[in-house]
Amino acid sequence: MGTNLFSNYGEAVSMILFGIGFGNLLLQSNLIKKIIGLNIMDTAIYLFLAEKGYIAGRVAPIVTDGVQSVEAYINPIPSGLVLTGIVVSVSVSALMLSITIRLYQRYQTLNLDEISIRLKKEGL
Amino acid sequence: MELVQNFPAVSILLCLFAGIISSGLKKKAARWINTALILAEIVLNACTLGYLLETGESYVYVMGKFPAPWGNEIRAGVLEALTALFFCVIMLLSLEGGRKKLADEVEEGKTYLYYVLADLLLSSLLALVYTNDLFTAYVFVEINTIAACGLIMIRQNGRTIEAAARYMIMSLLGSGLLLMGICMLYDLTGHLLMSNIKEQVEILYASGEYKIPLLVTIALISVGLSIKSALFPFHAWLPDAYGYSTVSSAAILSSLVSKGYIFLLIKIIYRVIGFPIFYNSRIIDMLFIFGLMGMVFGSLSAIKENDVRRMIAFSSVAQIGYIYMGIGMGTQAGMSASIFHVLSHAATKSLLFIAAIGLTDVSDGSRKFRHLTGAAYRNKWAGAAFTVGALSMVGVPLFSGFISKLLFAQAAVQNEIKMLPALIVLGISTILNAIYFMKTVIRIYTPVGGNRYDTVTFKDMKSYVAMLICFIALNVILGVSSQPVTDLIEQGLAMFS
Repeated sequence: MGTNLFSNYGEAVSMILFGIGFGNLLLQSNLIKKIIGLNIMDTAIYLFLAEKGYIAGRVAPIVTDGVQSVEAYINPIPSGLVLTGIVVSVSVSALMLSITIRLYQRYQTLNLDEISIRLKKEGL
Repeated sequence: MELVQNFPAVSILLCLFAGIISSGLKKKAARWINTALILAEIVLNACTLGYLLETGESYVYVMGKFPAPWGNEIRAGVLEALTALFFCVIMLLSLEGGRKKLADEVEEGKTYLYYVLADLLLSSLLALVYTNDLFTAYVFVEINTIAACGLIMIRQNGRTIEAAARYMIMSLLGSGLLLMGICMLYDLTGHLLMSNIKEQVEILYASGEYKIPLLVTIALISVGLSIKSALFPFHAWLPDAYGYSTVSSAAILSSLVSKGYIFLLIKIIYRVIGFPIFYNSRIIDMLFIFGLMGMVFGSLSAIKENDVRRMIAFSSVAQIGYIYMGIGMGTQAGMSASIFHVLSHAATKSLLFIAAIGLTDVSDGSRKFRHLTGAAYRNKWAGAAFTVGALSMVGVPLFSGFISKLLFAQAAVQNEIKMLPALIVLGISTILNAIYFMKTVIRIYTPVGGNRYDTVTFKDMKSYVAMLICFIALNVILGVSSQPVTDLIEQGLAMFS
């Protein structure tokens, strides 16, 4: 168990980062910190995927010097998944940031709990 | 290959293209493109359903002609086609029913964006229903989230923006967990297509290797999807999002968006993990327990609520609880009861939202109960429709809600351990439902003296009344002739495995 953990330190780190990001997204009340948490969480998943797709001693599957053997290259699918994931997470972050701007313009605060309290007072 | 077999893929692509085209065209065109699109979708999915019933077996459609382990696939079975068809019908009725309100509540220049979002939402729902590839499912889950967030936010006031922020945060937590689960599953099995994963998972499970990672994966995917579909402890975003957005959005969100995730979860249970393996993990009991808790606490919150839209929203929490209770029962009967309830709740909840808006409109736009007194006399059609919806939710015979409760009770009897808690909570929840729905119905039918408010007549709202009648008809059809639908569901579930 302990040796496995050490030899797979990349996966272990990505899990810890995932936890940190998840906790921040869930528990922070500041919207910007939440978005930072979201990005840490997503990046941790990409680290996990990259770590899983990498095979020591091989290179990215782009044929430049005519080598076509499967043995020479790493698995390209996780890299493809990471790219797709990055696109998704960029667009989601942009949407969250735009919501944050809207809320800040209205309430001059980034604290989501304070905004909720104020909304209750307004009694809309 | 026959022409009909292309229809599921075409229906998804058609929605995407319609969304793109209508964002560039003249603003009025978006509305007509949207209506035409949904009508076309209904035809396409009905043809698919007919074809599947004729051949009696499901088929896999290979996207781009790349064969199995490499390419992307779509799979069509009876259950998929039925759900897709139903989703399209509900979408059409919800949009048409809330059309007038939409024009009032959304800025003039922005209504066309609403239809663009609706097109994208429909495409993501259809893709979630039909896809055979887990990563595609994830991508469309995110598209669904973004489109739903736009539908909440399009009515601009402080409440909706805050609701959208909360909705996004919870959804992103859910999709983070889902993505992690999918990545771990890919890591364990080396595949992304559902059928290939299932073969590998069965081999893994039989060999006893990687037991804990497999369990963690199942947990991550189930929790992720249940957060997104607002299962009980994760429902905090729901009342604001449903309560303050424009009425079509509320109807679409409550009856389609959360159901899309539930359908994906059911599909993953059957087609990715395999029902026996999912059953043997203890996750299913957690879903059962949280479902039961949702049934009670959702209804209790609804009773305390003083705002009719938020009350209906809290009732959704209870109904999602019913669905998860059925899944958690761990029997075939429980699962088909859940799927029936997905359909019946979709038909009833959107009816309630659309009817409630008619009632609040004749009460100076106030949603508080004391202003709603006598509203059913001022808008007779909306009052009648609300009553039908309420009776269906409570579970009165003739309406669809009764059949789902009956199916849940029958399913509960088959499972000795879970029978007692399920039946007791079903009883309690029905009583609680009756308390808050009947309270509202009595309130809207209490005569009030004087003519403080306007009365609307049939002439002012022809299309609105037509939509209400369609909704009521749908409810009654599901309630009276439920047998064909449950047969279809069982046939579809049999095709899943």
